Amino acid sequence: MTAPTETATTPAPAKPVTQLGDRIFAGSAKGAGILILVVLAGVAAFLVAQAFPAVVASPAELPGERSLAAYIGPLVFGTVLAAVIALIIATPLAIAVALFITHYAPRRIAQGLAYVVDLLAAVPSIVFGLWGAFTLAPAALGLMTWLHTYLGWLPFFAGPVSVTGRTMLVVGVTLAVMILPIITAVSREVFLQTPKLHEEAALALGATRWEMIRMAVLPFGRSGIISGAMLGLGRALGETMAVAIILSASGAVTFNLISSDNPSTIAGNIALQFPDSTGLAVNTLIASGLVLFVITLLVNALARFIVNRRREFSGAN
Amino acid sequence: MAKAIEARNLNIYYGSFLAVEGVTMSIRPKTVTALIGPSGCGKSTYLRSINRMHEVIPGARVEGSLELDGKDLYAPGVDPVGVRRQIGMVFQRPNPFPTMSIYDNVVAGQRLNNKKMRKDATDELVERSLRGANLWNEVKDRLDKPGSGLSGGQQQRLCIARAIAVQPDVLLMDEPCSALDPISTLAIEDLINELKAEYTIVIVTHNMQQAARVSDFTGFFNIEGTGKPGHLIEMDETKTIFSQPKEKATEDYVSGRFG
Amino acid sequence: MTIDTETVQRERLKSRSGAESTSLVRAELPRWAPWAVFAGSLVLVGGLLAITGFSIGLFVVGSVVLYAVVTYALSRVVEGGRKATDRLVTIVVTSAFAVALIPLISVLVTVIGNGIARFDAEFFSSSMRGVVGEGGGAYHAIMGTLIITGLAAVMSIPIGLLTAVYLVEYGGRTRLSKAITFFVDVMTGIPSIVAGLFAFALFALFFGPGVRMGFAGAVALSVLMIPVVVRATEEMLKIVPNELREAAYALGTPKWRTIVKIVIPTSIAGIASGVTLAVARVIGETAPLLIIAGLTTSVNLNPFDGRMATLPVFSYTSYAAPGVPRDPYIDRAWAAALVLIIIVLLLNLVARLIARLFAPKTR
Repeated sequence: MTAPTETATTPAPAKPVTQLGDRIFAGSAKGAGILILVVLAGVAAFLVAQAFPAVVASPAELPGERSLAAYIGPLVFGTVLAAVIALIIATPLAIAVALFITHYAPRRIAQGLAYVVDLLAAVPSIVFGLWGAFTLAPAALGLMTWLHTYLGWLPFFAGPVSVTGRTMLVVGVTLAVMILPIITAVSREVFLQTPKLHEEAALALGATRWEMIRMAVLPFGRSGIISGAMLGLGRALGETMAVAIILSASGAVTFNLISSDNPSTIAGNIALQFPDSTGLAVNTLIASGLVLFVITLLVNALARFIVNRRREFSGAN
Repeated sequence: MAKAIEARNLNIYYGSFLAVEGVTMSIRPKTVTALIGPSGCGKSTYLRSINRMHEVIPGARVEGSLELDGKDLYAPGVDPVGVRRQIGMVFQRPNPFPTMSIYDNVVAGQRLNNKKMRKDATDELVERSLRGANLWNEVKDRLDKPGSGLSGGQQQRLCIARAIAVQPDVLLMDEPCSALDPISTLAIEDLINELKAEYTIVIVTHNMQQAARVSDFTGFFNIEGTGKPGHLIEMDETKTIFSQPKEKATEDYVSGRFG
Repeated sequence: MTIDTETVQRERLKSRSGAESTSLVRAELPRWAPWAVFAGSLVLVGGLLAITGFSIGLFVVGSVVLYAVVTYALSRVVEGGRKATDRLVTIVVTSAFAVALIPLISVLVTVIGNGIARFDAEFFSSSMRGVVGEGGGAYHAIMGTLIITGLAAVMSIPIGLLTAVYLVEYGGRTRLSKAITFFVDVMTGIPSIVAGLFAFALFALFFGPGVRMGFAGAVALSVLMIPVVVRATEEMLKIVPNELREAAYALGTPKWRTIVKIVIPTSIAGIASGVTLAVARVIGETAPLLIIAGLTTSVNLNPFDGRMATLPVFSYTSYAAPGVPRDPYIDRAWAAALVLIIIVLLLNLVARLIARLFAPKTR
């Protein structure tokens, strides 16, 4: 055998145990990771620093001449309300769509459907906003009148029905349409990961397709559905443009979903107010943004907690 | 060229867990040494410690000495990367690089280390290595095709070609036939017999017939129970181990009366 | 389980004639039955509505509900309760799918229908400088979007990629890698408007409270993009089999070369398509750019100098603050939305193509 080049002379005593290239590469990879931590710390620090003036300012100086809590409180209410409506509508639909794609649709179509759903998850929110304002709002007038007529005794549909259709309900439905592809994509992913053995075991026991899904697929996918829903909830909470475009907000705190008197949301309010704001008004808006950040953080933490807790029972390894 | 391996009182740890204890073993150049023993007895760990592959797991370390022709592989300042260039390894499952053609797989060792070679030198190396691995005639017309398109047995021989293309002194084989069918296994065993003319070969196998067929020496590892370290029970010429071993445990194991 | 009478009778007949007592044959609705029920429901509901006043929504909903109820009842009588439930669920799942599809299709139809009006050469070639009313275009906004997104990608991709490499190849279970994993998760959840506020807060420190700048927009987008790149890359690196790394190590390859030459090339298809999808995700972001990049009417190609128009913000402001007459502004808003959708679709297609073209070949 011909002797290879100088490398064959190892073990050379003075050589460092890790190579220079290795150290540079490992160092830059680690540096990038640390940079992310720094950026995130920066996000928090700068937001807090910019929000601080609004926290210590007297109510008289703030927009609307209210205390900070009185300013942000209704916005938090609106944010949560819109997101919850969206979640209630989107989650069952998303589960059904995911089930349809994974277990009901013919295999050849399923691939294409999955692709379409992925595409829709990427459609920019401004598009959904325009659609909600121009198409959904007028189309929903009939439905809202119907709801008011027959279900008007519920506080949600007390009315009077908004003539423009730019109501909380329409915002909620638009947000639902936006988060539907996300929840679907996550659920589909876990449904597909259901161990074939579990499914076949159920079928071998004589289960119908639905019984198989109930015995094998849904228990396995539960944590995935929850984390998908939480992901969708997070997106709905932070969604800005659709709300800013569609909602005609008055700042009221009300469960009435179909009137022209609607609470605004944090994100929507920032988008509408920020371009024309100066001084303390900017600080106030940043303070509200900080609150939004904390809310989405809590939702994400909750999702992670649920997923981690259920992981042991999911049967996945 | 083939070199000797000398282990003295080798302890191998993963963190604080002692995986293999007190191995003293000399492996002669140009021989085939088989390591046998039950699962989890530390024979693979020992094999991987010879080219410091076990260090891939964080916290792995050794005590004692392990020498390649008198040079301590674990002396301070020794680069494990350099050790691995002299001691090649073939794995349990064939693992050709999926992004590379057959040709590129064979010269991967050179290319990965950024060695510049002339085209005709590379061509010659590829042919020599593939011939050395008894694969040349089967793949010479499709060297530019992906390595993962070959059959399992061919892939394993491709991996052997890839290992010998680096021109190592020693070849380690970690159950190289356990994922292969009997015919491919036979081809690999024939190849091992040819390769020992140029290399020192250490092979871990679960298959005692294989150990008996291919090896000159056999080492038997055993373990007293889970959580206990593995030990080298006995090492001798293969025919001695299989006909009149000194230890009762070895006899039980090779005669199938284990446990 | 309920056993319907027909089956019982049939089994009795069989056992009387000497066949096995447990039959594998069970009563089943003929194949045409669901279709017949469906057609029947359509006709019935259609007829009813023709008398009371027709509405397409009521027609579809009514027909499907009737179809579900009748199918369930029929199946329960003929095939038994379990099978009936199965059929009912199938109908529910399928119609839920159809319901979900309606708004999604409606979105596409609306955007294409409204956007096509101004989807012309002028839209792509002229800016809004000095334009009042009709005419004008989004050239400045398209350039702004490309520049800002490009900058964001240039910042995010190396950071995201290296971080993923650290997490998968170097981090192991160290405290640092756990912290990074956790905070990348946190970052995934940052609302886009908060990212915009962050960029504003950061740049306002240096440039005063009125700061608007394309580069700051790119920073905001990076905050949104980095976690997506990290996640996608991490997933892809994780599925590279360890055996390949070991094979490279066994050839005497240093770790970093193994990563650069084996691990990344093996997973490059997935990484590239993941990165493309990350770009697609941020290219349509409106909120952060509305805050920090602002809007102008003329072309500004310098991301460090003042306001920079982008497509989503252009679309939003054309809609939210139209001039007089209103229609040309709304048309431009839709055209910008259409261009955005097309860009996103193209990026998705590109991602697919990359995934297919770069995937390791087996033949």
